Amino acid sequence: MRDRLLFDWKRWETMAKRKLSGSDIVIQSLIDAGVDTIFGYPGGAVLPIYDALFKQNRLKHVLVRQEGGAVHMAEGYARSTGKLGVVLVTSGPGATNAVTGLTDALMDSIPVLCLTGQVPTHLIGNDAFQEADTTGITRPCTKHNYLVRDVKDLGRVMQEAMYVARSGRPGPVVIDLPKDVLINETTFETGKKLPVKHKTYRPQIKGDNSKIREAVELIAKAKRPLFYCGGGVVNSGPRGSKLLTEFVRMTGYPITLTLMGLGAFPATDKKFLGMVGMHGTYESNLAMHDCDVMINIGARFDDRVTGLISEFSPDSKKIHVDIDPSSINKNVAVDVPIIGDCASVLAEMIKVWKEIKPRKDTKAINSWWNQIEKWRKRDCLAYKQSKDIIKPQYALERLQALTKDRDTYITTEVGQHQMWAAQYIKFNQPNRWMTSGGLGTMGYGFPAAIGVQMAHPKATVVDISGEASFQMNIQEMSTAMQYRLPVKVFILNNEYMGMVRQWQELLYGSRYSESYTASLPDFVKLAESYGAVGLRATKPSEVDDVIKEMLNNDQFTIVDVAIDKGENCFPMIPSGAPHNEMLLGPEDEAAKPTSEDGMVLV
Amino acid sequence: MEPIERHTIAVLVDNEAGVLARVIGLFSGRGYNIESLTVAEVDPENAISRITVVTSGTPMIIAQIKAQLDRLVPVHRICDLTDGGASVERELALVKVRGTGNKRVEALRISDIFRARAIDSTNNSFVFEISGSPEKIDAFIKLMRTLGLVEISRTGAVAIARGAKGI
Ligand SMILES: Cc1cc2nc3c(=O)[nH]c(=O)nc-3n(C[C@H](O)[C@H](O)[C@H](O)COP(=O)(O)OP(=O)(O)OC[C@H]3O[C@@H](n4cnc5c(N)ncnc54)[C@H](O)[C@@H]3O)c2cc1C
Ligand SMILES: Cc1ncc(C[n+]2csc(CCOP(=O)(O)OP(=O)(O)O)c2C)c(N)n1
Ligand SMILES: [Mg+2]
Repeated sequence: MRDRLLFDWKRWETMAKRKLSGSDIVIQSLIDAGVDTIFGYPGGAVLPIYDALFKQNRLKHVLVRQEGGAVHMAEGYARSTGKLGVVLVTSGPGATNAVTGLTDALMDSIPVLCLTGQVPTHLIGNDAFQEADTTGITRPCTKHNYLVRDVKDLGRVMQEAMYVARSGRPGPVVIDLPKDVLINETTFETGKKLPVKHKTYRPQIKGDNSKIREAVELIAKAKRPLFYCGGGVVNSGPRGSKLLTEFVRMTGYPITLTLMGLGAFPATDKKFLGMVGMHGTYESNLAMHDCDVMINIGARFDDRVTGLISEFSPDSKKIHVDIDPSSINKNVAVDVPIIGDCASVLAEMIKVWKEIKPRKDTKAINSWWNQIEKWRKRDCLAYKQSKDIIKPQYALERLQALTKDRDTYITTEVGQHQMWAAQYIKFNQPNRWMTSGGLGTMGYGFPAAIGVQMAHPKATVVDISGEASFQMNIQEMSTAMQYRLPVKVFILNNEYMGMVRQWQELLYGSRYSESYTASLPDFVKLAESYGAVGLRATKPSEVDDVIKEMLNNDQFTIVDVAIDKGENCFPMIPSGAPHNEMLLGPEDEAAKPTSEDGMVLV
Repeated sequence: MEPIERHTIAVLVDNEAGVLARVIGLFSGRGYNIESLTVAEVDPENAISRITVVTSGTPMIIAQIKAQLDRLVPVHRICDLTDGGASVERELALVKVRGTGNKRVEALRISDIFRARAIDSTNNSFVFEISGSPEKIDAFIKLMRTLGLVEISRTGAVAIARGAKGI
């Protein structure tokens, strides 16, 4: 038995009064902040931290296979728990490998702390071995970053960084740690709590009362109202979703959610119109276009949602609740801006609503609902079932049916499968849906699923994947095996970068330039080579069986589902088109050529 | 299209490593204009620096610039001196002019009109120090061009609100 198993608490206690090394301060600060898991990969510059890790047993370290995977794992861990995700990587290539994940976390507002090793302070700037200007490289892809030059600053910086990552609009924070700072010692008080107020960073939580009142009065008078809510509600915690659900039901108004907001309001509630935006439902997008009062809570008017800005919801008064003032009036000018936390503002809105006891325009609201029901009848997510070929929509409907009564978390990669997952899987709770929305990072879903499974060991965690995306972080199979994580990778295998193929079909005359995924591995054998379970379905009749088999085993499992190679994802609003010009199916394809302006958009 | 406006914005920041890079990176990364930018420590005790940035854009962009600046962690306060009532704006320039005879006399005469000071002189050159609004400096430089202008060094604008109140 090594000494890490016989942990000596006395030693920590005496250390608390003694001088601690930088590495010990890092570890102790994480423990003090309640961190229990970190995702990392060692290297020369962080060996002191790895040594400190070895000597304790409160922090669990998950050894990844590539640093990019570590950040996505931390993101999955964070998004599924509401806690901070923590990453530890070495200098130079360790830090540069983390950049994609950091950018992903920035775009999707995920709280991540990334500790990077650095060459010793006296070598910084000398092109030393494995030196990279990490703070320079990560400045535009973090919420904030630090280079600690003196061990005396380390305790404060650790606390400040965790506070910044978690508060306000959450995001990734990097602390760059030169090796000498990790070795040097200083006195450090363990268990010391963060001062309540940061010197400069104090996000506004409570919304302006008069604005909230103005908003509620507008909501009460609406004739064609629509709630448009997003990731900010999820960011504001389970209470945010609870209050949103309460308020929407109180008003009886329809609601749509962004990709990042799925689960913030129960998908099985009749008031939910489905996702909005490029691949959103017909009823959501037409309601966005025609509404007279739009109630945006925690969504950021992303271009995937607005389509052509000049024709975006032309006749509506817009209310926008957001904790980040820079989100307001960025893409779309709004009428009633409210800066504050979703949960806090919603609580206040509910209070005012009860207080003014509004008399809604029932007649108008009823005819609005009638109109919406007409749009709904188009049944825009219907698809042609086939006897011989597995339709991706069918595979996901079955996955939904067979997982809905379990404690399930879903992650995705990026592509058609991601959009189908958003359309066909129903989320009734927040924090159950982990996807890369803002950056659209292929390779996100599998490591994210590992992070989710670390946080929820008993839950069913499924990465809905594409055969191309899965290969972007395929090396993490080894991680899943090492920690015996029963993650499920559900590959909708169309042998194409399907989303790319779809755009080439619609916009580039079906010239499928480099979008075929040739030389695929045999995913079943691949799984087996790692000691995992591999399953395959090639016919619709096999789908239920493989899903059940996947759910009934407690091992890491890869399911290769051979789907229709030519299937496209509809509905679709082509880039640069307004909401009321959406393509509902293959028959719409030729009818509307995309404008030249639209062609330059992604 | 909304009209393009020119705004002078004062930003109080913690004087810590990388803070200027953060501000400049924000402007370049998001494609905002910088007409000029100056920075110096104004409160050594609390290590606070003041950045004065002159920028231009539509009112919506200017509001975005301010919101984006305010969101940087080491930023204490933003003040839009163009929106916030009357303010004074000054810039300092050092202007080197070479010439003899009539041109030399004329340069000295004009510098007098502009209240510029000769702070270095040789037989055939002057270095003038001039301060004032950026427009006044532009005008001075334009006149010096015909009189043997050699080199210009400008600080960029600094500005402060009129009246007794601080930001
Ligand atoms: C292939 C692909 C297709 C896509 N298609 C679609 C699509 O059809 N429809 C769609 O919706 N998206 C789509 N997306 C995702 C899209 O790119 C954006 O990521 C997404 O629309 C943004 O969601 P959001 O507006 O909820 O904002 P988020 O990115 O979740 O941002 C949250 C907002 O809330 C604010 N906020 C954070 N915390 C709080 C708090 N506590 N209180 C208040 N406010 C807070 C933030 O400041 C921010 O403004 C697609 C992505 C990909 C990769
Ligand atoms: C890292 C990265 N590179 C490129 C892209 C562009 N891209 C978006 S979707 C896609 C294809 C995804 O293929 P696959 O994983 O098989 O999913 P499918 O669309 O077939 O369901 C590509 C290449 C991306 N989003 N991320
Ligand atoms: Mg594919």
